[in-house]
Amino acid sequence: MEFLRPATWDEALAAKAEYPTALPISGGTDVMVEMNFDVHRPSAILDLNRITELSEWQIADDVVQLGASVPYTRIINELSGPLPGLALAAHTVGSPQIRNRGGVGGNLGGASPAGDAHPALLAAGRDVFVEVASQARGTRLIAIDDFYVGVKRNSMEKDELIRRVHIPVADGPQQFSKIGTRNAMVIAVCAFGFALHPKNGTVGTGIGSAAPTPRRAVEAEEYLAGVLAERGLWQSGDLLGTEVIQRFGELVKAAASPIDDVRGTAEYRRHSLAVMARRTLTWTWNDYSKQIRSAA
Amino acid sequence: MRVTFTANGKPVEADDVWEGESLLYVLRERVGLPGSKNACEQGECGSCTVYLDGTPVCSCLVAAGQVQGREVRTVEGLADESGLDPVQQAFIDAGAVQCGFCTPGLLVQTHDLLDRQPQPSDTDIREALSGNLCRCTGYEKIMDAVRLASARKCEKAGASE
Repeated sequence: MEFLRPATWDEALAAKAEYPTALPISGGTDVMVEMNFDVHRPSAILDLNRITELSEWQIADDVVQLGASVPYTRIINELSGPLPGLALAAHTVGSPQIRNRGGVGGNLGGASPAGDAHPALLAAGRDVFVEVASQARGTRLIAIDDFYVGVKRNSMEKDELIRRVHIPVADGPQQFSKIGTRNAMVIAVCAFGFALHPKNGTVGTGIGSAAPTPRRAVEAEEYLAGVLAERGLWQSGDLLGTEVIQRFGELVKAAASPIDDVRGTAEYRRHSLAVMARRTLTWTWNDYSKQIRSAA
Repeated sequence: MRVTFTANGKPVEADDVWEGESLLYVLRERVGLPGSKNACEQGECGSCTVYLDGTPVCSCLVAAGQVQGREVRTVEGLADESGLDPVQQAFIDAGAVQCGFCTPGLLVQTHDLLDRQPQPSDTDIREALSGNLCRCTGYEKIMDAVRLASARKCEKAGASE
């Protein structure tokens, strides 16, 4: 096994081109578990810790460019304003020690349907992009809706590395909810991310751990956006009513295709998704109404 | 491969390190620092918590090669010539040590908490220690120890003002 330690992004791309089967490691919170339990023996490990730009973020044109290795702790401390949904999701990752090391790049690279960041990224809208690059073909942006292609599979090529994620700054309230046996060290039984996007009159959803890939509840999004527009609710901030909330929950539930496994049954996952959808919608809509009322 | 880094302020060197080896293994088996404990090897238990460049991490989840040239502080590095760190003393005085296996991780994690937040609420303490498992019994004595360390620390800070 080789241990590769590139000092720059270009060196990292060169190393990945030379060793396409090299396993990238940053926080190590997934990779090292596989290593310790001998689940995986890659030909090479590609350490990204020396590439400082991967641990940086900036905001340009109302878009957060989040380095792949920015640890969850810093997302919580530094980005809960512009990325409230992702910051809430980050807060449910592992434990403080895990959050000090792990970042969104690892969640995306692993592409596990249970990754905590995915529902928040999907909910943040269709303009979320994963920036990947290879030495041969340069940089490309993959829309989040095209990124997840199967269980633990993403649409990246073997010679590509994740540099950063582009996430629009929140223009409305966002929420994240997750089911687990305790409040820490939990792999989601299922999870749900939700965001209101008043600027373009859309809503965002993200379902975790209840399908082969993280996915959005498209019909639920369209239904709710339709109701909000038809009834002028974006302007009035009036109550949604039980029927709308209930229907939204049912549509989210219908969008999932969960399985029975050690963490929970498919039926429980469907049920809890409907509950989480109703709750997160209620929380965010109450926050939004307050904003409308205080602005009036 | 060879890995050199700083452990508790001293330069250390480990040879013949396997590329997939963890920092925890290097500390315990190669550089004579067995204070950090090896229990779950998957970041669940926190017994192997050490500072890496000043941030508490599970050393079982850091690849040895990743610490090249960096600074590690283990539980062995908490005490100095003047004696035990106040966190260590508080764990003894509060009776928060039973079998002791989880203690090194709890000490490092508590040390970091009180550095950042000298007077944490009970919720803050529970959250900070949520990644450290003790299987002997409940966590009440551990909570007592953290409160005691916090009180002593604040008393000391007050006295020196």
